[in-house]
Amino acid sequence: MRLIKDLSLRYKIPLRVMVLVIGTALAVTASLVFHEMDELRRNLIANADNMGGILAKTLVAPMMHDDVWRAYEILSTPSPALGQSDLLPGKLERGAEVMLILDRKQQVYVSRQPADYPMFSDPAQINPEYLAVQRTQLNLNSSHATVVESPDSKHLFLLTPIVSDGELLGTLVMSYSKALFLPRFYNLAQRAALVTLMVLAVLLPISWYWGQRTAVPLVKLADAMGKTGARLPDPQELALEESGDEIGRLGSAFKRMLAELEEKANLEQQMVLADRLAAIGRLAAGVAHEINNPLGGMLNAINTYQRHGDNDPMVKVTLSLLERGLLQIKDTVAALLVEVKVQSHPLERQDIEDVRTLVQPNLTDNGVALVWENDVLGPLPLPSTLIRQIMINLLLNAVHASGKGGQVCCHAYRSSSNFFIEVKNNGNYIPQEKLPYLFEPFAYMSTNGHGLGLWVTYQVVQQLGGEISVASEPDNTCFTVQLPLPETYGHSHTT
Amino acid sequence: MTLKRIIDLLCRPLSLWPCAAARARATRPYAICLLLSLWLYPAALIAAEQPDVRPIRIGLTAVFLDDQVAFTNWWRDYLERRLGRPVKFVQRSSYREIIDMLRQEKLEFAWLCGYPYVQHRTRMRLTAVPLFRGKPLYQSYLIVPAADTQTRSLFDLRGKIFAYSDPDSNSGYLYPQYLLLQQGVQPADFFVKSFFTWSHRKVVEAVAVGLAQGGAVDSYVWETLARTYPDLTAKTRVVNKSPEFGHPPFIAGTAATEQEVAIMRQTLLAMAADVEGARLLLRLNLDGFVRGDDSLFAPISRMAQLVEKKRNAPD
Repeated sequence: MRLIKDLSLRYKIPLRVMVLVIGTALAVTASLVFHEMDELRRNLIANADNMGGILAKTLVAPMMHDDVWRAYEILSTPSPALGQSDLLPGKLERGAEVMLILDRKQQVYVSRQPADYPMFSDPAQINPEYLAVQRTQLNLNSSHATVVESPDSKHLFLLTPIVSDGELLGTLVMSYSKALFLPRFYNLAQRAALVTLMVLAVLLPISWYWGQRTAVPLVKLADAMGKTGARLPDPQELALEESGDEIGRLGSAFKRMLAELEEKANLEQQMVLADRLAAIGRLAAGVAHEINNPLGGMLNAINTYQRHGDNDPMVKVTLSLLERGLLQIKDTVAALLVEVKVQSHPLERQDIEDVRTLVQPNLTDNGVALVWENDVLGPLPLPSTLIRQIMINLLLNAVHASGKGGQVCCHAYRSSSNFFIEVKNNGNYIPQEKLPYLFEPFAYMSTNGHGLGLWVTYQVVQQLGGEISVASEPDNTCFTVQLPLPETYGHSHTT
Repeated sequence: MTLKRIIDLLCRPLSLWPCAAARARATRPYAICLLLSLWLYPAALIAAEQPDVRPIRIGLTAVFLDDQVAFTNWWRDYLERRLGRPVKFVQRSSYREIIDMLRQEKLEFAWLCGYPYVQHRTRMRLTAVPLFRGKPLYQSYLIVPAADTQTRSLFDLRGKIFAYSDPDSNSGYLYPQYLLLQQGVQPADFFVKSFFTWSHRKVVEAVAVGLAQGGAVDSYVWETLARTYPDLTAKTRVVNKSPEFGHPPFIAGTAATEQEVAIMRQTLLAMAADVEGARLLLRLNLDGFVRGDDSLFAPISRMAQLVEKKRNAPD
């Protein structure tokens, strides 16, 4: 039972359909066979009745004249005594197994089987089934035979009265073995079974196919659901049925759910990323501040000493070394500490064009082609210095990534409420696993530069309330910066 | 079986008559009679064309196997050619009807049993007596079903069912009656039931199927059946054979002229001499015909007298 319950719908539905088809076929076959058998029985009785009527009329004269031989000849006339050949189904209607005439004392007057039922014998003593026959009251006025058939009897008896002038002379008894129906029954059942098998041979593959077709979408859906775990499957891979029925609706709902789950997962990932970068930013700013104060003091002290101290060349060299080291620290810290509170004029078309001029030497040195698109026409309420910094950082990165003979595209444009910068290159792409750490300081270590370019860019974009995203695939890495346009310049960027 | 089929086919046009198929089966005997009369029609036509030649009418009884239509037709044609006159065979279901027809001069000749001959000798002339196994004699056989191995004589059949052939038959009725009455036994009390089958052949059948537990039958018929239908006679056993009696003779009735009797006798006696006649005799299982005389039938006459007496005055 459990096994059947656990069976896949792929088999369960076709099996159920097949059970239904077989059940229907069997029921129809059985009813046809039984109908046919009933018809056969009625035909037999009708024929026997007909024959009995004729025989009973013919037997009147021999009975009246006590002509035993004539009566015997009449009984033997309808068909030869039931031999082996008469057991064939087609001849069933023709021959009674036993035919005899009972006299008024219910003894055998004459029978067609005198060896079995001799004259004057009591048939009930030979075959107890005749007791029921002897007890039967006959309707002398009816032209039809009386059928005597007890359920436990092996025979069917047809009783026809032999009547002359309203007086009963004797009773013609024709007995038919019920076993005679069996060969016919087997024959019929055999033919019916054959036809049923042929019908099933046609119906079963069709029902199997339809059952399969019903089951397959469900099975696919179940498989798809089974695959959904820690990793979300690609909805394109699932190959779910597209249809308006319940399974189709389930499928599309499932796809929707998958899409939403994926979106949520992406969002979470971005949030985690953003949180981490923000935390790093705070840490970097804190450390920078803490370093900056003693650093300023140390540099002042060195400066003062250089100006007012003795001129011991050894000390001078040492101090100079210290000063350079401290200045380098100051530079690095300054880079970490992204300062956006820079006063600058609103962004204009020329500011962007300046960027092109600034990076031009770099392009030439590396042999990189630049596709330049500047769609900014009027001034935008964004700090021009910072925008330029962003663009220069991204372009220098792109030039570096594309390498010799590479190509870099830069596109600056605005929408109704946003300003966009797109920088593409066709150089080495960034592996998927490195993308989440791309904007962390010193993460994407380059051979030249201090590895803070993208970090600074990210920080600037964050502080301007915008977003930076990257998509990288072989031969195409694209950084997109989206910055919202504040309604009035001078408020938003001062945070 | 095939004969039946042929008759069936021949009868088919008759079912044009407004009768159901089921009734066709019941009417088959009439159909056969009709067919027979159609068969005989050409002979009647010949008679009509030659009105001066009366047909010779010969009554046939069940003293031989008279149910072979083709054979009797063949014999009739043979006799017509020999006699130069049309011959008409008349068959009835009992001896009595043939005897009556002879007396009413509806027949010229008849092949009858010796018993009616001795009873009506004054109106009948002995024409010829068949030779069976070289003698103009035959016997009465007492037969029982083959399964009955106990019965030794007729007297063992007390309280049984007995089949006679015809009340006017010597071998099939007179002889067993004689045997019982001779012993002072009234046949009606001796058997629980007796019946007539109106033919020797059917006595054999009745005993063979067990309808009767004993029967009396013409030895010539039984032996002929044993030759043609051994399966049938094998189901019976001959218990006793009677003394020999004169074989059922060909007799002439009052309607036949002396000349006709002479020609008929000559024709019958000559049968064994020509090829076709010999073939007919072979089918009849006879060796020929002899003139015969009344002394052949004297034992029958004696038995008839005794039976008559005992019956009229039972002990």
